[in-house]
Amino acid sequence: MTGLGENLPRNAGAIWHRILPVWVGLMALLAGTAAGAYLPLGRFNLVLSLAIAVAKATLVVLFFMQLRRPNPLLRLAASAALVFMAFLFTLTFADVLTRAAPTQPGTVTPQVTAPQQATGQRAF
Amino acid sequence: MSGAAAREATLQKPWRSLRREREAVSFGTWVFVASEAMFFAGPLLAYAAYRSLWPEAFAAAGRETDIVYGTVNTALLLTSSLTMAAAAEGARARLRRLTLTCLAATAALGLAFLVVKGFEYREDIHKHLIPGAGFRLDMPPAQLFFAFYWLLTGVHALHLSIGIGITVTLLIQAWHGSRPLPSPAFEGAGLYWHFVDLVWIFLYPLLYLMGRS
Repeated sequence: MTGLGENLPRNAGAIWHRILPVWVGLMALLAGTAAGAYLPLGRFNLVLSLAIAVAKATLVVLFFMQLRRPNPLLRLAASAALVFMAFLFTLTFADVLTRAAPTQPGTVTPQVTAPQQATGQRAF
Repeated sequence: MSGAAAREATLQKPWRSLRREREAVSFGTWVFVASEAMFFAGPLLAYAAYRSLWPEAFAAAGRETDIVYGTVNTALLLTSSLTMAAAAEGARARLRRLTLTCLAATAALGLAFLVVKGFEYREDIHKHLIPGAGFRLDMPPAQLFFAFYWLLTGVHALHLSIGIGITVTLLIQAWHGSRPLPSPAFEGAGLYWHFVDLVWIFLYPLLYLMGRS
């Protein structure tokens, strides 16, 4: 069974050969996302930059965090967090995006005025 | 040290084989990393909800962050993940020189990230980007963006500092030989380091790449 990677490279050259291409890919994606931020895509700028972030994260998780090795225990532990985060975001946005206009938090702006000076009369 | 003796020194009490110990360390670290991911998901969710309510103010505030510092820091952190991966695999292959060099490089790159972040914070303070009285922008919700900016980058920097501490500890232990190279600790520390990198991979587009076009 090779689930935990018993037959990994044994010399420095082989190790760099395995992981350097991943780093080159990460740097290319970073250049792409920084340049893409200046393209006039409207709301799709966010879609593009998050898609590139997911691509970078996938590279890191598969190659640096070794989830490419077929170990079901580790893969389950990693995906459990994703499942719960999916619930968190789905249920919250099901509320935020479907509220009637008067109940939106936007109708109450955050307070920015300086706090009132104390007048010497205490409430208690 | 012969192979069998090294294995003997590495193997900790409850495990009967190094293979099981290795799997347990990875599993435990993954469970911890998963809980940390859910911790970061909380503020990110709040960020997403507020951003969907005030998109213009968030874009205006996002323009105020410094994309050069952010991009340099992303490159530093991605490179530190490369050296950490090399250190973990090097330790496993018992390549002492590769492991020591790469652990030192990882800690140095992490420190460089913190230094750049410090310069960036100094500039942010100069530009009055701290929420509260005297804030630079007129739009009140822009202060919400910067509340998330300080919270998320601050908590990330805290995690990175802990990572640097772990890396330096392992470096010293490997240097003295008090921790044998086949120890699964190197891989566990690597998992944590890569997780801190993952958090930054998502913070970068959310905090630095907005409202540029």
